[in-house]
Amino acid sequence: MSDNDVAAHEPPVRDVTDGGPDMVQFLDAEGNRVPITDTNRVYAEYADALTDDELRGLLRDLILVRRVDSEGFALQRQGELGLWPSLLGQEAAQVGAGRAMRTQDYAFPGYREHGVAWCKGVDPINLLGMYRGVNHGGWDSNENNFHLYTIVIGNQMLHATGYAMGIQRDGDVGTGNPDRDTAAMAFTGDGGTAQGDYNEALVFAAVTQAPVVFYVQNNHWAISEPNDRQFTIPPYRRADGFGLPGVRVDGNDVIACLAVSKAALDRARGGDGPTLIEAFTYRMGAHTSSDDPTKYRINEEVDLWRAKDPIDRMRKHLLERGVIDDEWIAGIDAEASDLAAKLRRSCQQMPNPPHAEMFAHAYAEPHPLIEREAAEFAAYQAGFDDD
Amino acid sequence: MTEQKMTIAKALTAGMRAAMEADPKVLLMGEDVGKLGGVFRITEGLQKDFGEDRVVDTPLAEAGILGTAVGLALRGYRPVVEIQFDGFVYPAFDQIVSQVAKMHNRSLGKLRVPLVIRIPYGGGIGAVEHHSESNEAYFAHTAGLRVVTCSTPEDAYWMMQQAIASDDPVIFYEPKRRYHERGFIEMAEEAPYDLHEAVVRAPGHDVTVLTYGPMTKVALAAAQASAQDGGPSMEVVDLRSLSPLDVDTIVASVNKTGRCMVANEAQTFVGMSAELAALVQQECFYNLEAPVLRIGGYNIPYPPSRHEEQFLPDLDRILHGVDTLMAH
Repeated sequence: MSDNDVAAHEPPVRDVTDGGPDMVQFLDAEGNRVPITDTNRVYAEYADALTDDELRGLLRDLILVRRVDSEGFALQRQGELGLWPSLLGQEAAQVGAGRAMRTQDYAFPGYREHGVAWCKGVDPINLLGMYRGVNHGGWDSNENNFHLYTIVIGNQMLHATGYAMGIQRDGDVGTGNPDRDTAAMAFTGDGGTAQGDYNEALVFAAVTQAPVVFYVQNNHWAISEPNDRQFTIPPYRRADGFGLPGVRVDGNDVIACLAVSKAALDRARGGDGPTLIEAFTYRMGAHTSSDDPTKYRINEEVDLWRAKDPIDRMRKHLLERGVIDDEWIAGIDAEASDLAAKLRRSCQQMPNPPHAEMFAHAYAEPHPLIEREAAEFAAYQAGFDDD
Repeated sequence: MTEQKMTIAKALTAGMRAAMEADPKVLLMGEDVGKLGGVFRITEGLQKDFGEDRVVDTPLAEAGILGTAVGLALRGYRPVVEIQFDGFVYPAFDQIVSQVAKMHNRSLGKLRVPLVIRIPYGGGIGAVEHHSESNEAYFAHTAGLRVVTCSTPEDAYWMMQQAIASDDPVIFYEPKRRYHERGFIEMAEEAPYDLHEAVVRAPGHDVTVLTYGPMTKVALAAAQASAQDGGPSMEVVDLRSLSPLDVDTIVASVNKTGRCMVANEAQTFVGMSAELAALVQQECFYNLEAPVLRIGGYNIPYPPSRHEEQFLPDLDRILHGVDTLMAH
């Protein structure tokens, strides 16, 4: 082994804000359009194809998703929710991916993918039930092709891969019919990349060439652990070792996230196999409402990322391009307030489920033990009603 | 109605073949299940007949197999997953317990994961470590799963089809040391028993032996030996289903005999035999002539194979147990 080999395998220095020369970007932190480079060239057609309506739509999504998120956090602080995992700072990463998906594409989220849920048409109120303790998810995944939130980190990467193997068997890949060809998209974070399930999913996807896109939001923190506790080689580069293309995208640039995701999904639907996308972004808030990030990270780091805010840069960009004006922004802000008020009302009015419901779905088919316990529970409860 | 003689191994294959012919969504997944037909040849010939998309040689990663099977099930498939040996299921434990078992409940009944997870289990084959375990209690303890096991070719054939047809996930334990036992199968229109029905294999009136899987043959031999020697009359109940339990059949037998032994290969502590002893105590207390006795594996890790004849309950230990019960 030469000295060069040794050097090549030293862990890279952690720079939390620099995505490096491989990072695909179309909007810089100031909202300026980045020139075409060797890195972003292949994605430029997707960025350039965006109409003014679509650009406005993306900014609207970003603003509304942030408002939904902040309302979720407020509802937790008011005692209406037991927990809330904030997506603050990751709006562009999620909206870019979510808007790249077609109706038939199936999303397999973690538990922070409120922005993807929004783009897939899931009513935000559905996301609150599990955090309020009235269910464990409970929405109809097949209604919007958005699977239930998965709390055990990394499990969903395999579900997406298996689902994509099903797509292959159904022949819904590579037909050229844009309404038929389908992909699965799996979401996790930098912490998730250390899980066995994540790594096994990449193996299965590579050897089967299943139509799945792995979307890693590298938000730099897994609760209190910085991402240098999760990997020494960044996720987009590790993809190569599994035999699938990996690409790093500026996760705070919604146009770049959209373009890169569209390219990967097109590739998957076309029958050319899986892709790994690493969205380089930052978790601006705490891990969840139960977390206290002041114990493990410095404010200066957060400030550096605040200057890269995904909404500020898109708003500035569209204002400068004349695609939006202050009046349009005021209209969206009002829409966001209405959305938040409606969400708050719906949350407060969300009924507690009847307790008998906890027995109802343990099994799909009749099960004598559960039936006996449900009957005993009902009889026991009825005893109190008599008093 | 024709009758065919075949081994448990071949009956399992025939059961899967019938299910695959009946439903194009049924597919098999696992390590070496394709050309090789699995290390025990249970899937032999199926890839040739149904193709590589329906008999899938997977990467060597049990969590990956179970996790992708969940995804396939969500897409509408009915995967039958082979775990190569009992002791290799643990990498998949998280997917089975956290996802397979809970998906229907979590989705309030909107999502189903109709998997069958086949696990060759138990000892007696002179194997190396991790190849002889009876770990059924882990899965019977997990709400959302059904757990069954067979002891005859007829059950192997029918229960496999019933498990595949179930809309709930089923852990299907295959008694690996009995794979080559032969028996007759009625090739009838319908299965002779419900998937979750216990069956009295030998009637008797002094002692009930609750058993299942590979121990059923040992219990039947003990019952026969006792009868030949003019000893106590043993009723052997083959549970077949470990979750849910067929409480009615168990209770009826023990109420009749007044004495109960649970005989299985698994360690007794917090195992199936503990649950069965508790059930019998609760339901048959006033009919019991003696405390429920458990004859099982010792509460140690499965020993090297030179010890396994002493570790596994055999005919003598069961007869000794019967004597203990009758002494009360």
